Amino acid sequence: MTVTRPPAGMLSVLDRPNSYIGKTVPRPNLDRLLQGRGQYVSDLELPRMAHVVFLRSPYAHAKIVAIDADVAKRMSGVISIVTGRELEAVITPWVGVLSHLKGLKSAPQHAIAVDRACWQGEAVAAIVATSRAAAEDAMEHISVDYEELEAVTDMRTALDPATHVIHPSLGDNLAFERTLNAGDVDHALLGSEVVEADFVFGRHTGVTLEPRAVVADWSAAEGRLTIYQGTQAPHMVQNIAALHLGLREAQVRVICKDVGGSFGIKVHIYADEMATYALSKLLRRPIKFVADRVESFNTDIHARDHRCRGRIGVRPDGTITAFEIDDLTGIGPYSMYPRTSAIEANQVVNLVGGPYLTPNYRARARVVFQNKNVMCQYRAVGHPIACSVTEGLVDLAAARIGMDPVEIRRRNLIADDAYPCASPSGMKFEQLSHHASLAKLLQMMDYDALRAEQAALRAKNVHRGIGIASFIEVTNPSAAFYGVGGAKISSQDGVAVRLDAQGSVICQTSITEQGQGSESLTAQIVGSVLGVSMDRVRVTLGDTDNTPYGGGTWASRGAGIGGEAALQAAKALRQNILDVAAAILQSTPAELDIVTNSIINAGDGAPRMELNELARIVYFRPDTLPPGIQPELMATRHFVPRQYPFAFTNGIQASWLEIDTDTGFVTLLKHWVVEDCGTIINPQLVDEQIRGGVVQGLGAALFEKCIYDERGQLTNANMADYLVPMSGEMPDIDIGHVVSPTRESELGAKGAGEAGTAGAAAAVANAVNDALRPFGTKITEIPLTPQVILTALGRI
Amino acid sequence: MKAVAFAYARATSVVNALELLAAHGDKAKVLSGGQSLMPAMNLRLLSPDILIDIGGLAELRGIAVRGDVLVVGALTRHVDLLGSPEIALHAPLLRDAVAHVAHPAIRNRGTIGGSLAHADPASELPACVLALDATIVVRGPAGERRIAATEFFKGIYETALSPDELLVAVEVPVAGQGTAFFFQEYARRHGDYAIVGLAACAVVAASSFSDLRLGFFAVGDRPVLAAAAGKLINASVTPALLAEATAALADELDPQEDQQATAAMRRHLAAALLRRCAAALLARPELEKGATR
Ligand SMILES: Cc1cc2nc3c(=O)[nH]c(=O)nc-3n(C[C@H](O)[C@H](O)[C@H](O)COP(=O)(O)OP(=O)(O)OC[C@H]3O[C@@H](n4cnc5c(N)ncnc54)[C@H](O)[C@@H]3O)c2cc1C
Repeated sequence: MTVTRPPAGMLSVLDRPNSYIGKTVPRPNLDRLLQGRGQYVSDLELPRMAHVVFLRSPYAHAKIVAIDADVAKRMSGVISIVTGRELEAVITPWVGVLSHLKGLKSAPQHAIAVDRACWQGEAVAAIVATSRAAAEDAMEHISVDYEELEAVTDMRTALDPATHVIHPSLGDNLAFERTLNAGDVDHALLGSEVVEADFVFGRHTGVTLEPRAVVADWSAAEGRLTIYQGTQAPHMVQNIAALHLGLREAQVRVICKDVGGSFGIKVHIYADEMATYALSKLLRRPIKFVADRVESFNTDIHARDHRCRGRIGVRPDGTITAFEIDDLTGIGPYSMYPRTSAIEANQVVNLVGGPYLTPNYRARARVVFQNKNVMCQYRAVGHPIACSVTEGLVDLAAARIGMDPVEIRRRNLIADDAYPCASPSGMKFEQLSHHASLAKLLQMMDYDALRAEQAALRAKNVHRGIGIASFIEVTNPSAAFYGVGGAKISSQDGVAVRLDAQGSVICQTSITEQGQGSESLTAQIVGSVLGVSMDRVRVTLGDTDNTPYGGGTWASRGAGIGGEAALQAAKALRQNILDVAAAILQSTPAELDIVTNSIINAGDGAPRMELNELARIVYFRPDTLPPGIQPELMATRHFVPRQYPFAFTNGIQASWLEIDTDTGFVTLLKHWVVEDCGTIINPQLVDEQIRGGVVQGLGAALFEKCIYDERGQLTNANMADYLVPMSGEMPDIDIGHVVSPTRESELGAKGAGEAGTAGAAAAVANAVNDALRPFGTKITEIPLTPQVILTALGRI
Repeated sequence: MKAVAFAYARATSVVNALELLAAHGDKAKVLSGGQSLMPAMNLRLLSPDILIDIGGLAELRGIAVRGDVLVVGALTRHVDLLGSPEIALHAPLLRDAVAHVAHPAIRNRGTIGGSLAHADPASELPACVLALDATIVVRGPAGERRIAATEFFKGIYETALSPDELLVAVEVPVAGQGTAFFFQEYARRHGDYAIVGLAACAVVAASSFSDLRLGFFAVGDRPVLAAAAGKLINASVTPALLAEATAALADELDPQEDQQATAAMRRHLAAALLRRCAAALLARPELEKGATR
């Protein structure tokens, strides 16, 4: 498809009377959800449905010598107990690699462990019973004879020759390594001050309100598997389920209604979900699996467990001369399927230094196996690491040369008129707005006044800090992300729009909704472009039988890609409607328009005919239409970005906080974000996406961490000990925008869903160091717990 | 996370509850607000055969003043402590403390009897009853027993209650002239169990303490009435004396290490709380900084 944008100053297809674009309109699904009428898989009941509970390995690494389920099998309510070996008959194992991540290796992973469990929490047997409680009762009576094996837990020693190799067939514990060398780092560092630091990140996880949930229903009569699942990517699930169950894709239907949060957690294929599909086929009845909270902590993907050594070169005038990183991450025993666990480290390499001018950049990233839960893509994949390292280094460099953190950024951020351009890692930027964003941020936060306040309070022994973090964000991914590596994960999306017999619109889209507003943005775009009021637009999502084929919602792609498909489909339908209207009204399409559900004269706005009247004629009295007219009141369009692999966005965040140096407690006082996601479809949805994302980043900064002991036991797998950020600790978050639409689409929207998460932790870490500057401490570890701060201050 | 199947009995009177307890012994558990018991059962950490629900027993409800004693029924919910005028007047420490207990949904159900019987060493209310020099009233097959709060807490989740006894009320001496209270805790998030906390009750006269009871919590296997308070009673509180008291406190406490804090950090925070407490109660902000640093 070729896309043209009108030259500046001309009205676009979006600038129409009664347009919903750029307006805060309530989301169409709000009343339904607030009145408790959501349809979550967790609540789904089907006739003859059984429940599965997984017996999970208590060891991080153990040989499964024998499983004795005789007593459990005879317990009341138990339907079947199935081991990995038995399930192998119905489902094949998989290997989570992609060909464009050169050298990435992993071992075959089974739906249920066969012979060996590789992390604490890996499923070892399935108990299927008439209720979850009955299955849990039976589970207590299964005895497994384990032989504990040496567990690899510390990523720093995973590659040592003395360390046990988790998968002997792979030769070592190195899953993936990437190096990059751009410009001339050594030369650049020669004449520079060099500052170096080790950045340490806590492993964390998504903690969705509704845990992972699936009901799989194999109908032997139809030879068809229906999967009800809270997923971000229904067509991907269809493809993978079919592939490993030996079915054609047409034999698998994936239905995804309401999803209680996902944050990237629900875009993967989990072993226990695969086991649930297989169990349904094996036992020929609907099977339900809903992870409980403890299972969620032990098996929902983790992320962000990185240790990254960073170096920056800076000249006395503030010029940043080079960035260098050496990143290490431990991903658990398998690379996750099918998106792999190398993407996060790969993104870190891609993104470090991204906002800045220097062409000199050297990086190494190593991804190692461990006997811990698997890590994979979670909201803002790799961005928080890259941003924390980059922005932490920039602040350290500024401190070294005695320059204000704002000034060093002003001198080094890529100029707003320098686009298009590329980063040293080869990322192509179409149009970013770092300087405009910085200027807006300073104005919003009244930077100079805040600095004065900080100085005044310091004299009173009150320690406040300001932290700033610029960032870039990958959105609207093309096939470059997964498709080129061989994954059957679509990067294009489709939307079908049709006018019904009363002039309302039904719209099917392949993007999905997990609370971010996909349904709303689709209705807003379709309503605006067609000239139909939003209450007459019905959006259907999440059903592989009933929507066009597409990728779903992840990597901040819903609005930019699915939204453009909606726009083009609505344009096509509009044209079709005007053609029919012209025939009925003996006019020409160019002389007519559709506004607020009616055909009007484009020239004087005079009403000519209501849409429902047009629909009545088309559907019930086609005999009255002029000969040769065959109305098509349905149109379908697809879209995928082709020119740029990703639509990069940018933004900047700032944090203002206070530290009690006696106790180590941090109080967040205020947070600001300026971001540029191009065209804004619904300001409220965008702002709330950013706020929610910021809160996740603040959780990383201060609270969240999966704590493993040296034997690979996750020791805080519950909501009391794993601290998610809560409203009581959150500051007000002010949001501003700069708008640089992408020219790859007529809509001009880029993604906004991950921007908040990308930079929040970096801003907080910089603010903490700023507050503690008088004490000469430097902390480059998150979460910034009171224990960490008091230790750095030498108080304990 | 489903509880093992259990039987359920709703007690019709305290006597009936005691009969049920006698019949089922340690296979039974009393169900009060359920805010500690039910999570433990869902995690299968506890699997009683039978729950004896005391929720309907009007005799265990209510807050009343009898002479110079404030009687708080075991079924008094956290939310009632927050709103009660009697508590505000006679034992405001309980009100201040309970604001830090969990969140509204939990405070709407959790009870003072349940909290004390549960005896979580990081709980607020057990430390308060120590500081307030309260008496715990229990009933068993042999009748009523009155146990001083200082004798009630025996260890992590352990109390002087035996399995066939019911905690029925807490008696708190009514606050007298010059009585002042201090409550503060350090928790990672509002509503979390504290890393370290202090519930204090003092009698302040002529800028010094004529009495001082310091109930520390989350510093050991049970709430601790700190002996270090003795150093500050009837003395002129100087930064040096306060430093002596905090040093004594550090020696006296035997805190555990967990994911939130090492023992050293708990001692450090307890000392900070003691300084803040003295500074606040004596209205001398300069004491807060201490002589240590
Ligand atoms: C998310 C969450 C956060 C929380 N945070 C805090 C916090 O910060 N601070 C805090 O102190 N608490 C906290 N709690 C616990 C809460 O305060 C509970 O209400 C309290 O610990 C127990 O009171 P309950 O009435 O719910 O007792 P239950 O849960 O019903 O019972 C607890 C135990 O006491 C026994 N018991 C109860 N009543 C009696 C009685 N009258 N006689 C004899 N035995 C009895 C029960 O058999 C059981 O063993 C939290 C709870 C939750 C779920």
